[in-house]
Amino acid sequence: MNSLTATSSPTIAVRPTGAAQSHAFPGLHSLSATVPLPAPAPADSDYQLVARGLHKSFRKGNLIIPVLRGVDFAVRRGQFTAVVGQSGSGKSTLLHLLATLDAPDRGEVHFEGTRIDNLPPIKRDRIRNRNLGMIFQFYHLLPELTTLENVLAPSMIHEGIWSYLRHKRAHVERAQRLLDLVGLSHRLQHRPRELSGGEMQRAAIARALIAAPQLLLADEPTGNLDRRNGVEILSILRTLNREENLTIVMVTHDLAIAERADCTVQLVEGQVQAT
Amino acid sequence: MYKLLLSWRYLCTRYIALASIISVTLGVATLIIVNAVMAGFTEEANKRLNGIISDIVFESVSMDGFPNPDWHKAEIRKVLGSDLVGVTATVAVPAMLSIPVGHDQHLASPVRLIGVDEQTYAEVGDFGKYLLHPENRQQLSFLLRQDGYAPEREKFPRSGWRYRRARIMYERAYEEQVALERAKLGAVPQQEPAEPAIPADPYGSAVPADPYASHQAAAPTFDPMTQQSTGVILGIAVCSQRQKDETGEVRDFFFCRPGDDVKITIPTAGSPPNFVSDVLTVVDIYESKMSEYDASLAFMPLEALQNLRGMFDAQHNVRYVTSIQIKLKPGADLNAARDRLQSRFPIRQYPYRIQTWRDMQGPLLAAVQLETTILNILLFLIIAVAGFGILATFYMIVVEKTRDVGILKALGAPSRGVMSIFLGYGFSLGLVGSGVGLGLGLLFVHYINEIAAGLERITGRPIFDPTVYYFREIPTIVSLHTVVGVMAGAVAIAVLASVLPARRAARLHPVEALRYE
Repeated sequence: MNSLTATSSPTIAVRPTGAAQSHAFPGLHSLSATVPLPAPAPADSDYQLVARGLHKSFRKGNLIIPVLRGVDFAVRRGQFTAVVGQSGSGKSTLLHLLATLDAPDRGEVHFEGTRIDNLPPIKRDRIRNRNLGMIFQFYHLLPELTTLENVLAPSMIHEGIWSYLRHKRAHVERAQRLLDLVGLSHRLQHRPRELSGGEMQRAAIARALIAAPQLLLADEPTGNLDRRNGVEILSILRTLNREENLTIVMVTHDLAIAERADCTVQLVEGQVQAT
Repeated sequence: MYKLLLSWRYLCTRYIALASIISVTLGVATLIIVNAVMAGFTEEANKRLNGIISDIVFESVSMDGFPNPDWHKAEIRKVLGSDLVGVTATVAVPAMLSIPVGHDQHLASPVRLIGVDEQTYAEVGDFGKYLLHPENRQQLSFLLRQDGYAPEREKFPRSGWRYRRARIMYERAYEEQVALERAKLGAVPQQEPAEPAIPADPYGSAVPADPYASHQAAAPTFDPMTQQSTGVILGIAVCSQRQKDETGEVRDFFFCRPGDDVKITIPTAGSPPNFVSDVLTVVDIYESKMSEYDASLAFMPLEALQNLRGMFDAQHNVRYVTSIQIKLKPGADLNAARDRLQSRFPIRQYPYRIQTWRDMQGPLLAAVQLETTILNILLFLIIAVAGFGILATFYMIVVEKTRDVGILKALGAPSRGVMSIFLGYGFSLGLVGSGVGLGLGLLFVHYINEIAAGLERITGRPIFDPTVYYFREIPTIVSLHTVVGVMAGAVAIAVLASVLPARRAARLHPVEALRYE
């Protein structure tokens, strides 16, 4: 696999392009771009995502509530990892730290061999926009935008007005392919409030994939869905993982769902208990 | 791109925010209307003031004037060089005008009588433009015209020679009729009414106290049917009264008109002055639409006034004038020209007042300017108050959109981008608000006279009374400069009001924002 450490190049490929790559979703990576990252750290070349000794606590008045107490955690490329745990065990907090939405009190997060938790905000924004995809329990679509515009949002954020307008046709085509892939091609111009929960989550998946990220972080993606929709979403994720070699970290409290993953990390009271 | 899209979507979906900028809209509309009306008034007033007073007035401090106007004119020409367009000498003197009304009454009004040079006076101002007879507008003349006064005025009474003859014939016939009636009644034929007793002249001057009488005595062959006295041009408000007729229409009622004779009494030159009177024939009427001037000015030929006041030295053939009026090229620097003249004619040596027309009308112009400034400040304060309304509404919108901010940040939108969404929103709100305000304001200005008339009908009270202002319509001027300034100010206030909420949005922590319910 080509990675930063292997090539010692200052950039990383957004998607590893291997011969083993499936073509179940043609065109999924046709817009791959490269994003410069800071100088690489020397280890963990096999792992795409590494968390070391993550500590995080929240302050509530005078009370300090420790949520993560030294989480060590690593994900290989192409692996589908489920993080399970009771409510309040710190799963979502861990995911936020991995996604650079929040900074750990102590510990490090490495992505593609590069430490990312201490990068300046602009660089973290760019990593979130280009290298990571995120889906949430409550879908988090923008209510003012149509389904298509929601899927296009990361591209709009990434590019300036003129550049976006120049490439608009390609962006729209790609968004339409992704929506087709998740089975939403008939809902392009609908607002989120006109969609069902399952449809919203599918739109969110399409949005997470628009930038062709290497890693998908999913926070209870089925938590708000009925069983049938939950299974469908999961099978979409599974297919993406298997056929696109997409690395997925999924947080869930549902053990039945976690069983569908390659490996499971159990979090109990802010610490990893079993892998 | 997402900033534009989201600003636009927020603008289209949040009507409460549109409500919050109505005050901006109204503020902008009012500012545009007020400025247009003020500018219209100022411009109109300036045009008329400058039309009446020439650019620079060179005045003697004494009523006796100064000799040698031609030498002064030559000096002025030398000082001002190519900037000079026209120069004329005048005599200005306070006078008492007496207009016969009815058969034995006189309307007396104080006027400022100005002796003007027919040939050059039109060069220094718009005086000619304001005369009623079209030919007098082309070339000023103090001879009574046959007819054809004020062709553009409806129902202007018959004036000129034909009127004069008809009037005199009527008066003669009336007198004959009265005499006949008296004879029929068998009354003792009355003697001609005695000449009024001439008051004793306190100064024992040689000037006859009543030149009217002497005039007739000296020129017994004077026939008013074919001859006129010296011509005089009266301000329209001196010889008329503006009032509403029974239909509510504003009309001028004329006490005298071209063709009538009036009597004028003025002080002579010398100290102490005596008083002389003369009969003058009204040859035209002057309407500048500035009530101040229309109600106080009368014009007659310079030489006749000089003769009447004794402002010439027959021995040395030197004439005296009280002021010289100077017209400069358009765009010339009046103040600089005035300063050059002042240094050529230092006050110690030459007791002259040298002023530009702006200096003379300083208080009026300053008052209008001050009023405009204060109104602008007040109205901008209103827009600023509206700014706080926008701030509050925006704060609410940011709170409502907290989760969206979290989503955008999770998708990699930088804080600056989030901030510019809300700033862009504020900008577009300001633009919409002031744009609608601009439209409303321009529409109002365009139909201002119709609106005033409508309000008059509704309230039954005159909004803009032409009998007071001497403008028949409300003058307005919309200047691009003002419009752009007002719009920019209003948009800036809307953007400023959105800075705080936008900063708050930008500083939201993405995780907390995502969790926000």
